[in-house]
Amino acid sequence: MSSVADTMDGLSRSDSGISPVSKTIPDTNLRNQHRLDLLFRLATRFFAFLVLLLLAGIIVSLLAGSLPALRAFGPGFLTSLQWNPVTEQFGALVPIVGTLVTSFIALLIGIPVSFGIALFLTELSPVWLRRPLGTAIELLAAIPSIIYGMWGLFVFAPAFAQFQPWLTATLGAIPLAGILFQGPPMGIGVLTAGIILAIMVVPFIAAVMRDVFEVVPSVLKESAYALGSTTWEVVWNVVLPYTKVGVVGGVMLGLGRALGETMAVTFVIGNAHKLNPSLMMPGNSIASALANEFTEAVGDLYSSALIELGMILFLITFVVLALSKMLLLRLGRMEGQKT
Amino acid sequence: MGLYSRRLWINRFNLAVSLLTMLIGLFWLGWILLTLFEAGFKALGPGLFLTMTPPPGASGGLSNAIAGSLIMAAMGTLIGTPIGMMAGIYLAEFGSRGWLAPVTRFINDILLSAPSIVVGLFVYEVYVIHTRHFSAWAGTMALALIVIPVVIRTTENMLRLVPDSLREAAAALGAPQWKVITLVTVRAAKAGIVTGILLAVARISGETAPLLFTALNNQFWSLDLNQPMANLPVVIFQFAMSPYENWQHLAWAGALIITLGVLVLNILARVFFRNKSPTY
Amino acid sequence: MNAAVLQPVQETLAQKIQVKNLNFYYGRFHALKDINLQIPERRVTAFIGPSGCGKSTLLRTFNRMYALYPKQEAKGEILIDGDDILSPRQDLNRLRAKVGMVFQKPTPFPMSIHDNIAFGVRLYESLSMREMEERVEWALRKAALWEEVKDKLKQSGTSLSGGQQQRLCIARGIAVKPEVLLLDEPASALDPISTGRIEELVHELKNDYTIVIVTHNMQQAARVSDYTAYMYLGEMVEFGVTDEVFIKPKKKETEDYITGRFG
Repeated sequence: MSSVADTMDGLSRSDSGISPVSKTIPDTNLRNQHRLDLLFRLATRFFAFLVLLLLAGIIVSLLAGSLPALRAFGPGFLTSLQWNPVTEQFGALVPIVGTLVTSFIALLIGIPVSFGIALFLTELSPVWLRRPLGTAIELLAAIPSIIYGMWGLFVFAPAFAQFQPWLTATLGAIPLAGILFQGPPMGIGVLTAGIILAIMVVPFIAAVMRDVFEVVPSVLKESAYALGSTTWEVVWNVVLPYTKVGVVGGVMLGLGRALGETMAVTFVIGNAHKLNPSLMMPGNSIASALANEFTEAVGDLYSSALIELGMILFLITFVVLALSKMLLLRLGRMEGQKT
Repeated sequence: MGLYSRRLWINRFNLAVSLLTMLIGLFWLGWILLTLFEAGFKALGPGLFLTMTPPPGASGGLSNAIAGSLIMAAMGTLIGTPIGMMAGIYLAEFGSRGWLAPVTRFINDILLSAPSIVVGLFVYEVYVIHTRHFSAWAGTMALALIVIPVVIRTTENMLRLVPDSLREAAAALGAPQWKVITLVTVRAAKAGIVTGILLAVARISGETAPLLFTALNNQFWSLDLNQPMANLPVVIFQFAMSPYENWQHLAWAGALIITLGVLVLNILARVFFRNKSPTY
Repeated sequence: MNAAVLQPVQETLAQKIQVKNLNFYYGRFHALKDINLQIPERRVTAFIGPSGCGKSTLLRTFNRMYALYPKQEAKGEILIDGDDILSPRQDLNRLRAKVGMVFQKPTPFPMSIHDNIAFGVRLYESLSMREMEERVEWALRKAALWEEVKDKLKQSGTSLSGGQQQRLCIARGIAVKPEVLLLDEPASALDPISTGRIEELVHELKNDYTIVIVTHNMQQAARVSDYTAYMYLGEMVEFGVTDEVFIKPKKKETEDYITGRFG
């Protein structure tokens, strides 16, 4: 039967005069193709593997560099307030507290502000304004952190110093909590660093929030409106719960950024290795300690202590990110969504 | 106040607060940009691009820093992009089976948000210590390590947007998988991938921390990749924190240059993406 | 209608594709159940049936398109020109050079119109620039698209209208000179005028190619095909000459579907 097909084949393909290509593809061609396919697949696999190696490399090298400090100070490193390059006594408590407190302030201010901006962009803003405003917010994210640092030191801090006495007078008078706001109006300090960080994380969190708010199905919102809800009620009771997963993701992104931010914090935090209950006093964060002291650290123990600080910072961000991913997974599963 | 009017009042209040936050955001942006332009413009001039960084008190420019930044950013991108793209291709095209893809994605997310100063520390430990000196190569490495996760993420996302029917159409012609991926799928996602690369470049242009312990800085003009190389961010850091006025002026000028560069790149990326993006 | 003219398929025509005891699984879902079928050469065979009956699934086994996805599996035999294409020794790329496919959604590649067509040809033939241009023109003429695009071959394939894009995909499919052409609802995303042109095309192409077309539009199947297979829930219910199947179906299920009782 095949031969019948062949003759009929030749007869009817007269307008092209060429027989089907598939009959003449040599086996070697196909074998080479398969070899190339395999090579390509292996190559891409290799580069993906490289990413794993990179993480492993970072962890290993940080560990190796911290070894002298780990051996010298042990777990007490985490709770020690000391920082004396001369006597070679080092402790991580001040930088760790500084990192955590500035990030906390950043989120405290940043989350509500981001929420407000996302709400504005999705519900209040006239349509023609949405893209330019959204772009403006994204530009805030694009500004390099060293600019924030400079601006913070030369422009914001002096202005803030004018404002600080008012803060001390009002918030500083509150019993107990007031201790956070005591101190001379220097302009720089932990609070300033927190505020600058807040400005830096707002565009990230706001962008994520806006993106997830936008994909809420209109029918969902409309059914709430149809019941007579106000805009605010729709957002608070329908949109937010629906976008819970994305919002948490955005906040975690902002937190990650705040924890690791170096330059903006370094310019304004004051670089004092002292723990002070007042937010208006200078302090230190891990990243700023590294930025300021690493290149001038003399002595193995000094460098090693700094590297151990870096390792602790990496661990903190790692844990925060891993926790957030697990949280997202769990939230997603509860909702029955695909993550 | 009745229940209804209370609800209305809450609504109005919260929406007003929302408007306020938007204005606050714009206010910060405006204030920062205004300061930057004002302070930076004063020191702007052709001399900026032609003369080297000066010692304190003397006048000078930023030519070596600008050149150094351009060189290291370009090289960091050149090295990081192919690595990132290949890994991104793996995740999008071969990632449906096995354990490597989900693990890589997870780790990549961590690296994306990892503090860039830690990247600098890492390169210091593995490269600078062994070569016993700071160098542009080290700086390039650190920048490449920041580029890679960004490119991986955008490449994977853009490739995933390409509909399967396009891949099938190419496979249906008898094309081997590597051709389907490189000649059709990647090409279809080209606009998005290029945008991702541009954004990665914008990101590393402003990074200071990874260069602090790798490329360090160089007072003089040097194109030697094995020596410390001047770069804008570290110069700005050094000059801004100093008490010398002429240095501070130069720092502002440098800050303006970086910001303009980054903003232009961002806008370019946006426009490019909008114009060249295919509609599937 | 002269009954003598309507010979049973097996006697007068070569069987291009022979399906024997084919079972297909999406994971654990048994999508095709024991399909036995013969597709005659150089004729148009239509697969019809309600949504989910398995007609596209069956079509996609003929070029093993399902092999791109894990968890999709075919068991049984499919012989094309006597060779079992389900055998592990079958080279997939060679199979697909021989069996072409046009999809439901037009899928122009992100390249110029010329390159779209040249892409497939370049895979297995090395033609001079002149020969390639001739081939491109030939394919575009066959697909009734040449007149409309001959001045803009360098423009992107995505710049064409939906109907033109689909004809471009057809041109691309025939440029490599396959022996079989699989059409998966080629006109369902198109307006009626473009649909009409595609149907004319199919009619012309069948002189050179064995065509299998999946369609949910019964009238289209009746207009365009020589043989029709009616499928339901993964089973081959009836197969025969189109006129017979539509006017005097052998099975009640077929009659129910055709008269619109369901689907």
